[in-house]
Amino acid sequence: MDRIFSQYPDKKSATLSLLHLAQAHEGYISGSVIDTIADLVECHPAIVMDCVSFYSMFFTKPQGRHKIQVCQTLSCSVNGADALVDHVTNKFSIKPGETTDDKRFTLMKVECLGSCGTAPVVQINNDYHEGLTNERFNELLESLP
Amino acid sequence: MNAFKPVLTEHIHQKDCHTLPFYKSVGGYKALEKVLAMQPDAVIQEVKESNLRGRGGAGFSTGVKWGFIPKDSDQPKYLINNADESEPGTFKDRLLMNKTPHQMLEGMIIASYAINCNTAFIYIRGEFYKEYQLLKETLAEAYQANLLGQGIFGSDYNLDVVIHRGAGAYICGEETGLIESLEGKRGWPRIKPPFPAIEGYLHCPTVVNNVETLACLPHIINHGADWFKSIGSEKGPGPRLFCVSGTVNNPGVFEEPMGISLKELIFDRAGGIPENKQLKAVFPGGSSSAILTAEEALDVKMDFEDLVEKKSMLGSAGVIVMDETVDMVQACLNIARFYAHESCGQCTPCREGTAWLVKMLTRIVNGQGKPDDIDMLYEITDNIGGRIDFSKGSFGKTICPFGEAVAWPVRSFVEKFEDEFRSYIQQLEAVA
Repeated sequence: MDRIFSQYPDKKSATLSLLHLAQAHEGYISGSVIDTIADLVECHPAIVMDCVSFYSMFFTKPQGRHKIQVCQTLSCSVNGADALVDHVTNKFSIKPGETTDDKRFTLMKVECLGSCGTAPVVQINNDYHEGLTNERFNELLESLP
Repeated sequence: MNAFKPVLTEHIHQKDCHTLPFYKSVGGYKALEKVLAMQPDAVIQEVKESNLRGRGGAGFSTGVKWGFIPKDSDQPKYLINNADESEPGTFKDRLLMNKTPHQMLEGMIIASYAINCNTAFIYIRGEFYKEYQLLKETLAEAYQANLLGQGIFGSDYNLDVVIHRGAGAYICGEETGLIESLEGKRGWPRIKPPFPAIEGYLHCPTVVNNVETLACLPHIINHGADWFKSIGSEKGPGPRLFCVSGTVNNPGVFEEPMGISLKELIFDRAGGIPENKQLKAVFPGGSSSAILTAEEALDVKMDFEDLVEKKSMLGSAGVIVMDETVDMVQACLNIARFYAHESCGQCTPCREGTAWLVKMLTRIVNGQGKPDDIDMLYEITDNIGGRIDFSKGSFGKTICPFGEAVAWPVRSFVEKFEDEFRSYIQQLEAVA
């Protein structure tokens, strides 16, 4: 954490980095994390909450172990992204935004991941999986604990 | 266009091309050595003369942008490398970061030196985690070799580079939204003026440059402004990374001189359309550009001027190809949904307008459209984007150009494929 603060000329600039750090540890951003970060960067908790609600990568509730984020923007859409979403929905009985009962998967539709040349693309947690076919996607899902 | 040799991507297929030893083996950091012996003003002058125009989307002159930084200010100056690549259809900066991160870093050091900056940032989009990890290694290599830190290359110039991760927000690619985000706030664009060069990060003079723009700099310094100007189109020269995706056989990033024909890009470089289907429409410069019909697309050069003449723009050079099987109303809805999701919510015309576009287009796609919906779509796009005339530098009714970025493509879909929209609506009338 000291390393994070030492990089910036002021404390508030560390906000997003601290939120990333907290989420990497806890899987989501809890109310107490928001209070702690607000104390650390010396601002009102509402300002930190403002960030949490604005940025799509921060979650205020626990998610599944594997966040399956299917890009749905145009280049992925015309290359079969909808079929990938349907595949997860049929296989695990979860719709976009839902988590399996065993907390293994959360399915999400996301906007452009910036990898249109290898559409369709799915990001699972931190990793990109590019140029997916239904078969490869299925194997990938099976391989995740 | 005879024998263009790639400049930025020359070595990307070679083993270990991302490492410092490799980059040095192909002449890396020679330009930096040269720059450190020059006066900062001379560096700015050279880049101005090269007529390098920003590769992020707006196409503003890089040297002129640097020139706005006040010389007499004793505030710290900041350089921010905009690596928040998020314009749909654009995936070139990610390639540069993965394959030649030192090229980009050398460009950053050159730019920082030119504007007298001692702390620079890489604002990388949050989803690019692998690239973030890789860039941390790149910086570590550079510090180790004294390419960053105190007394770079034995000079008295000091520079630290910090990587900062975004967290999922398209609007943070807009430079003032990016600055707000870096300051630890939601990425709401600022009213301009003041421009960042006068009042940017922490109210200090700030330059924001795109990854590809920065990657051009070592080459301009090594080979000179005249060499750069000799490549491609006169009014916006240089090599350019064109991204081609959508319904093509061989999607990817293709480095070509500015001004290559769109036809050549689609049918030669990207291998044409699968199963020899017909071309229907193309986004020439990311999803914020107005779409071109097949006829227009086959007759356009990919440079700043020719695309403006066709009432579109080069933008981020992200080409999205749509063949005859792509439904124009659904494609329009897809893009409108993207913008509705990404609208930052600050300006009412954009926040409300994008939501209404999605509602109306969804209704039309579901066969519930009404006869006057077409006129209403025009009205909403006018209300978000105003009557756009880029040649006069005019902006619409919102703080940032996001308003135009949604109004333009949506309007172009309706204008150019009105029949398809009407056929959805007429289905309903026929049933009724």
